Amino acid sequence: MSGTTHDNFARSYATRASGMTASEIRALFSVASRPEVVSLAGGMPYTAALPMDSVAAMLSDLVTDRGAMALQYATAQGDPVLRELICTIMALEGIDASPDDVVVTVGSQQGLDLISRIFLDPGDIVIAEGPSYVGALAVFAAAEAEVIHVNMDGDGLVPEALAETFDRLARTGRPAKLLYTVPTFQNPAGVTLAPRRRLEILDIAARHNVIVIEDNPYGLLGFTPPPVTALRGYDAPGVIYLGTFSKTIAPGFRVGWVLAPSAVRDKLVLANEASVLCPPTFSQLAVRTYLETQPWQDQIKAFVEIYHERRDAMLTGLHDLLPPGCGWGVPEGGFYVWLTLPAGLDAKAMLPRAIAERVAYVPGSAFYADSGGSGALRLSYCYPPPDRIREGIRRLAGVLEVELDLLATFGPSAIHDAGGERLLGAVRADSPGPELV
Amino acid sequence: MSSPRVVVLAGGLSYERQVSLRSGRRVVEALRHAGVETVQLDADDQLLTRLTEIAPDAVFVALHGSAGEDGALRDVLDLLGLPFVGSIASACRLAWDKPCAKSALQTAGILTPPSVALPHSTFRELGAAAVLERLVERLGLPLMVKPTQGGSALGAHAVERAEDLPAAMVGCFGYGNTALVERLIRGTEVAVSVVETGTGTQALPAVEVVAVDGVNDYRARYTAGMSTWHAPARVPDDVAEELSKVALRVHEVLGLRDLSRIDAIVDDEGHIYVLEANVAPGMTETSLLPLAVEAARLDLGKLCRELVEQAAERGASTPSAASSRRLRPSPSPFSAAPAPMPVAESDPASDTEAEPGAGPESVPSPHLAPLDAHSTSPSPGPSPSSEPSPRPEP
Repeated sequence: MSGTTHDNFARSYATRASGMTASEIRALFSVASRPEVVSLAGGMPYTAALPMDSVAAMLSDLVTDRGAMALQYATAQGDPVLRELICTIMALEGIDASPDDVVVTVGSQQGLDLISRIFLDPGDIVIAEGPSYVGALAVFAAAEAEVIHVNMDGDGLVPEALAETFDRLARTGRPAKLLYTVPTFQNPAGVTLAPRRRLEILDIAARHNVIVIEDNPYGLLGFTPPPVTALRGYDAPGVIYLGTFSKTIAPGFRVGWVLAPSAVRDKLVLANEASVLCPPTFSQLAVRTYLETQPWQDQIKAFVEIYHERRDAMLTGLHDLLPPGCGWGVPEGGFYVWLTLPAGLDAKAMLPRAIAERVAYVPGSAFYADSGGSGALRLSYCYPPPDRIREGIRRLAGVLEVELDLLATFGPSAIHDAGGERLLGAVRADSPGPELV
Repeated sequence: MSSPRVVVLAGGLSYERQVSLRSGRRVVEALRHAGVETVQLDADDQLLTRLTEIAPDAVFVALHGSAGEDGALRDVLDLLGLPFVGSIASACRLAWDKPCAKSALQTAGILTPPSVALPHSTFRELGAAAVLERLVERLGLPLMVKPTQGGSALGAHAVERAEDLPAAMVGCFGYGNTALVERLIRGTEVAVSVVETGTGTQALPAVEVVAVDGVNDYRARYTAGMSTWHAPARVPDDVAEELSKVALRVHEVLGLRDLSRIDAIVDDEGHIYVLEANVAPGMTETSLLPLAVEAARLDLGKLCRELVEQAAERGASTPSAASSRRLRPSPSPFSAAPAPMPVAESDPASDTEAEPGAGPESVPSPHLAPLDAHSTSPSPGPSPSSEPSPRPEP
């Protein structure tokens, strides 16, 4: 007698779908969106600060004046004028690029997906910072690549550790293919690769014939001008660069881009065509119009002031309220603070208590492809106002106190293995969704 | 009666919010297919205002976790004078607290796994190692550690080795301050749904759950393809018959109403151990009650409709409830005008209907007929023992 599994396709899924399951962590995150919860989990830009009346008028004019074009298919590479504007923006971070080498994508996330499609075979090795952007880990998992993390310190990727990892892999006959890095105001660690290390990292990658993927969503959100020069700005045309308007304008437009050498660009255009035919025309023209008609640099300054104030609120709260044994860095831009917990505490295991106390964060293990990160968590300061941030930290401090009490009661043997084994190529469901990445 | 207008409550702030939202959607769809005008609302700070505006004829509580199952929200519905589908608050409180429910069931002669419920403070004050050692001595291994309150296997851990017990305790205490440590009974996992309709109280065919990788955790429960469900359960006829009797008895002893789901294990010798009773059973695509309904050749929409009509009739026949709600001219039951907020004062009359009283053994359950059969009166669905239903094969 056979029963039902409610899924007639259960035996047909690809291996990479094996991790696409219901997850306790996702269930907990579903509560985080409620207003009662202070969510320090989501990396959502504060879009409420946009001049909505102006944006509304702009969008209305766009439809009225150029509706037929805005609502039509377009080329897979993206709107030519928008690509020129993108080059103007990249120049702010020291990048000299041609619009011909820019491919517009559905957010930089799709750009990363296209890159993985044209470069990665199953089993290929990708080097990423430890911790690394959770959305990138999901892309690499879908490509069935293996991610190996390299340590960072307060100045970002450690060059010696990177070189040692490259050498070790080369000796085993499985050299790394890609280095994926968020060098500026990194998600989730909040650290920035020191300028003195940037050339060194590029040299190490070049020596080992490893392609560098620079993901730079936060580069213009530094609290102290001028912007940090991007890796791609160090006369490094071989670097494949990912940019986005999600943080400088709004993520809802889903417009990002890839800057790549011409040979790579050609393949990206074809891959883009196969993936989405063309990036959304309406969104492209909306972004283009915004850049042409709105004071976008002033708006970025306004965003930065908001985030700066919120970062300060978070750092003050952490300093005033957290128990001894916690550690955190001081981000000079971007959205995130990486909090390390007192020895023995597990951020994933304590998440249900945090949700019960109405505060949410993302456990550090979400940012590792291996079993790392259990003793850390990511806090976002970009969305809640300062008083809510402090309240969230106060609640978090209470959670930590109870967890420390539990640890004292049950001892080190009670430490959880939050990471667990992960199948190569298995997309993980216990990572945060798009509203939290 | 004319079609009632119904509010389905789903969401809330519990850990089971996601499951609840899925349950709620399923109930809404089922009711709409059955021709019932239905609105889904979340349990948030707008809820009372919305309920007052809508003035539904009945509320279907699809909230899981504390908000929907600990009785508090049902007390609030009583305050509003709104009839609802499901058990009254006091019965919910009893079922929600697993140790209390187990005690009540044991007193009534119903088998449940041997267990101990202890708060974190006990371990801290008496020394965790010593207490855990005694626990293992008394209950043996393997053990199941779970929060005393809550569902969906959140915070539940099976423990095979004593050295894994501290980690299981800490994991459990993340979900609640008191842990229930039970002897893990190996056997066939089953769930028996009980429904009360105009034709009586009946136990639906037991549904058997087999997790594909052997662990019936949250992932297995809510991922299609990760469990196999057998409805009816693959147990001998006499066991199936006994399961129905036990489920009806649990429903009665705990003073439950309208619908419930009784989770149990049948061990290799055919002994039935009741694990818990659920007053807001899951209604998702992979939930057990809808499967049981299908196995009983019933229609989920019609069943839900019957339950809300019953609730609406209860409301209409309760003077306080009827007066505190806006009385609607039939057949067009709703107007846009908001109803006045009722007086926030509990109504003694509404609480006397099935108040379990001081002890579960003495629970008067006037809505239940004598339990000498699986179904207390002829039912449109087949009796589980007399006419096993075919499995709901895809």
